[in-house]
Amino acid sequence: MCGIVGLHLREPSLEPRLGELLTAMLGQVVERGPDSAGVAVYGDPRLSPPGRTVVSLLGTSKAEVEAVMPGVRAYDADATTVVHADIDQLATALPHARVIGSGEGFAVLKGTGNPVELADAFGLADVTGWQGVGHTRMATESAVTPEGAHPFSVGPGQCLVHNGSFANHATIRRELRAQGVQFDSENDSEVGARFVAHQLEQGADLEKALKLLCERFDGFYTLLVSTGDSFAVVRDAIACKPALVAETDAWVAMASEYRALDVLPGIENARIFEPEPEEVYVWRRR
Amino acid sequence: MAATLIDLAETPVRELNRALHAPGGADVWRVLNPRGAHAVACGVREDLAVDIEGHVGYYCAGMNQRATVTVHGNAGTGVAENMMSGTVRVRGNASQSAGATAHGGLLVIDGDASARCGISMKGVDIVVGGNVGHMSAFMGQAGRLVVCGDAGEALGDSLYEARIYVLGTVKSLGADCVEKEMRAEHLSELGELLKAAERDEDPSEFRRYGSARALYHFKVDNSAAY
Repeated sequence: MCGIVGLHLREPSLEPRLGELLTAMLGQVVERGPDSAGVAVYGDPRLSPPGRTVVSLLGTSKAEVEAVMPGVRAYDADATTVVHADIDQLATALPHARVIGSGEGFAVLKGTGNPVELADAFGLADVTGWQGVGHTRMATESAVTPEGAHPFSVGPGQCLVHNGSFANHATIRRELRAQGVQFDSENDSEVGARFVAHQLEQGADLEKALKLLCERFDGFYTLLVSTGDSFAVVRDAIACKPALVAETDAWVAMASEYRALDVLPGIENARIFEPEPEEVYVWRRR
Repeated sequence: MAATLIDLAETPVRELNRALHAPGGADVWRVLNPRGAHAVACGVREDLAVDIEGHVGYYCAGMNQRATVTVHGNAGTGVAENMMSGTVRVRGNASQSAGATAHGGLLVIDGDASARCGISMKGVDIVVGGNVGHMSAFMGQAGRLVVCGDAGEALGDSLYEARIYVLGTVKSLGADCVEKEMRAEHLSELGELLKAAERDEDPSEFRRYGSARALYHFKVDNSAAY
């Protein structure tokens, strides 16, 4: 299964409530993925102060970061440590830590266990910002570890969350490796994220990158892909993994199930629809 | 008759369903605040009327027998799946696999139904006021699917004996599904189905689709494929 939730705010007055709303949405898709969870939040001034490079890490802690890199700010959020420092500097100081996201203006938080308890450990309800995505995972393709939790963030500010399973991920991983792309795991969703990041790096826009993904990937997928200015949804040709989009003047939201959208203010007047198969939907920050 | 009110903001779905299943209970029910909950009014076996005020999640009115269940909102995946008899009506849109494997009864969707509407239908009648998504009536064995809007790709793929009527356009027909002649008995049964669904479309404007029955028997030409 797996559960996806995402919220892209258009109305700035809702930004203080981003974390509260995302927490409520995540709580409605726990049964879809009770073994691990992750979120990406865009625009929280504490986690990602403007103008600072933010790196999300696994396998370290605030205490360790501050011990080896005096003066650097770090925050612990369950298995994740969010650090405000240059990524190259971190690679030298903490070579054992796994980077799970980097860029300006966003942070990635992941862990294993019950998603509601994780949201609490992340302090998600207090987070503010203009965009957030969340995922609850029922692992099928690789182990239940914080590394295997979504979102997969492999390009600056980019995140991909996936419900489904890619059938030809090993082939595409091999092809991307041949082109010099580095991988962290054997996870199928990471291949999707690397593919999108690779296309964006080659100059494709998000629509084009996701259209190419539809052409190249075989298997089941509902994907929610976010970047520093966009929010996008795409489903495979068979579209058996669920997806609903709701849209109002104040926000765009996507979720695996309606009950996760029902927690949003103004849902009673939202335009609600199911994304069509292999159609790419992109919303940009206004 | 005053309806027995159940507010799902206060009462769990399991308790609602238990009350609907209990012998000698009320005949008319009104359910408030479903808020996308799954399995609302599932497995009802009595001649009850259940009105649900809002959107429901998966498998609403699944396995229904005899009851009349009305959703005043949208329905998630598998509404009225495996229905045996009775009537289920969705005033809004329905998600995928509406009426899946249902053996009997009438499912009416006033809005659109998404992919695989009537998948493996086994005798149910389904009337959709709007459009249906891809692979609707996939492997349909018996019953009738009426679409007052358009049908998506691969309509009636691998169809057995279910009959399909479409007023709008059909994006493509699935394997072994063909257009068939609309004879007097078809106009008559379609008229009755539209009437039962409280619709006023003209049956003569619909087209009929059914199985070419070419997949029923093994063809020796295909032996090399195995």
